[in-house]
Amino acid sequence: MRHLSLTVTLVLLSILAVAGGSAAAPPAPAPAPCVCSVSAYDVPDDGGGAIAVSWELATTTISPAVTRFEVLRYAAGEEPASIGEAPPRDSGFVDADADHGRTYQYIVRTHTIDGFVDSVPSDAAIATAQWFAHGRVSSLIAVILVCGSIIFFIVRAKAGTELFIRKIPGLDAVDDAVGRATEMGRPVLYVPGIETVSEVGTLAALTILGHVAKKVAQHGTPLLVPTADPIVMTTAQEIVKQAYAEVGQSDRFDPSSVFYLTYDQFGYTAGVDGIMVRERPEAVFLLGYFAAESLILAETAHEIGAIQISGTKETSQLPFFVAACDYTLIGEEIFAASSYLSHEPVMLGSLKGQDLIKIGIVYLVVGLVILASIGYAIAPDGTSALSGALETVKQWMAGS
Amino acid sequence: MGSMGTIIGTWLAGFLTLAILSFLYKDNPFYKLAEHLYVGVSAGYWLIYVVFFDVKPMLIDTFMNETGFEKWIILIPGALGLIMLSRWFPKIAWLSRWPIAFTVGIGAGLGITANLQGYVLPQVTATLLPVTGFTVTDLSNIVLVIGVVTTLMYFYFSKPHKGVLGAGARIGIVFIMISFGASFGYTLMARISLLIGRLHFLFHDLLHILD
Repeated sequence: MRHLSLTVTLVLLSILAVAGGSAAAPPAPAPAPCVCSVSAYDVPDDGGGAIAVSWELATTTISPAVTRFEVLRYAAGEEPASIGEAPPRDSGFVDADADHGRTYQYIVRTHTIDGFVDSVPSDAAIATAQWFAHGRVSSLIAVILVCGSIIFFIVRAKAGTELFIRKIPGLDAVDDAVGRATEMGRPVLYVPGIETVSEVGTLAALTILGHVAKKVAQHGTPLLVPTADPIVMTTAQEIVKQAYAEVGQSDRFDPSSVFYLTYDQFGYTAGVDGIMVRERPEAVFLLGYFAAESLILAETAHEIGAIQISGTKETSQLPFFVAACDYTLIGEEIFAASSYLSHEPVMLGSLKGQDLIKIGIVYLVVGLVILASIGYAIAPDGTSALSGALETVKQWMAGS
Repeated sequence: MGSMGTIIGTWLAGFLTLAILSFLYKDNPFYKLAEHLYVGVSAGYWLIYVVFFDVKPMLIDTFMNETGFEKWIILIPGALGLIMLSRWFPKIAWLSRWPIAFTVGIGAGLGITANLQGYVLPQVTATLLPVTGFTVTDLSNIVLVIGVVTTLMYFYFSKPHKGVLGAGARIGIVFIMISFGASFGYTLMARISLLIGRLHFLFHDLLHILD
């Protein structure tokens, strides 16, 4: 019995000694959270000037001690310099400021609450430009289809083929408005929007201006064209001058009837409003690019009792024109109107080409939606080939 | 208490705001003054802006600081800009058509790619919505597809709007008008917030009636 108690005591003492020894020993050092490998490579499908840097942590889990990563870059003969930072959860960084064709290496500095550890340098990487962005094949094909169909119809129009375009309802009102202004002995005010000449809406407005100017020249009605851009003013002067010449009224063309106000949006609006209430035009044309000033101009024209013919491709402004004006050319109607009036083969062909694309889109959408819906009817979980085809087309169009 | 400059500026802004708003009653000398001031000052401002933010940094500084290709390529837009000034001389005024043609061509060319990539393809992709059952989402998908297709039919100009095309176009214009109504209301709310901002200036900054 005594022997047994001695044995137990010795065992207990041994356990206590081992336990006590464990508590007293220093903690094992945690593995330093450093980056074990850094890779750098040229960003694909871009215009150059960008290198992607990615890294992996040496530890299997991201240590909570990591506060941030710092990316350092150097070229031959240079000291590494910081170019950016990434949060602790990230494992990649894009250097968008790399010089084209220059060789760089990267170091990732892991910052912890105790300090920092540098990785070994990455392999050399060079930022280069690619000729082709593989994710934009859909855009390329769309451009080829659109341009191809437009060129096809332009060639046909130039060859003398009669291309039919339906009449735009608002266009009849153009002649009526000019006629009424002539009868009343009051001027016609033509506002070609607030954008530059590179805006397609402005281009369409300037084409219609040519038609209006011809009518005005024929009737001897005064014309006022305030512009917000110097190049639009120059172009408008050329168009109006040409229109007067075409109807044999060159001597009646007044260059000062097409004038510049200001490029400032609301400065221009205030100026045009002032012209409206003082000159009291009988017909007001608001065609081109408009923004927040659209309703201000349309309301003022309404207040003076003028016929208002408006048109823009800006969908956010069309509701105001529709509400306040007598006639509105909605969106693409402004381009169709300019094609209809000009009878230029290029413009007619362009419109017909776009029509072909529109019909193509209608068939594509209706066809794919019906097929995919049948696919879902067959396999509601979306595993059928028909529904899969729709998703494939969507991904291809999105460039992914 | 603000400086004298701030006080004068606030009173001037308040006067000009009221002068512009007086147009709601009728055209009057105060509106004329504010209008002419606005047009003149803004025209002058844009001249300075174009000189110091376009011509100087993009043309003069680039030519002075760059080397090689970047230095000499800048001469092309510079020359086109100078050619625009030929309009002052009637005998060679026709030269100004070149930079205009260049600007128009660049705008149209860039517009095709930008619109196809930025508008057409994303919209077609977003319209490819199948009917997967009998839910509200499916009903929404059907309405969306019909709306897009009939709206495209409205903007088809190669045939008269008769028969199936005419029926589709009539449905399309209904969709267009509904979207205009929604857009009208949305934008009106934004404009009212602008009015509130201006009234706040008058009653808070100028008259100190509001806290």
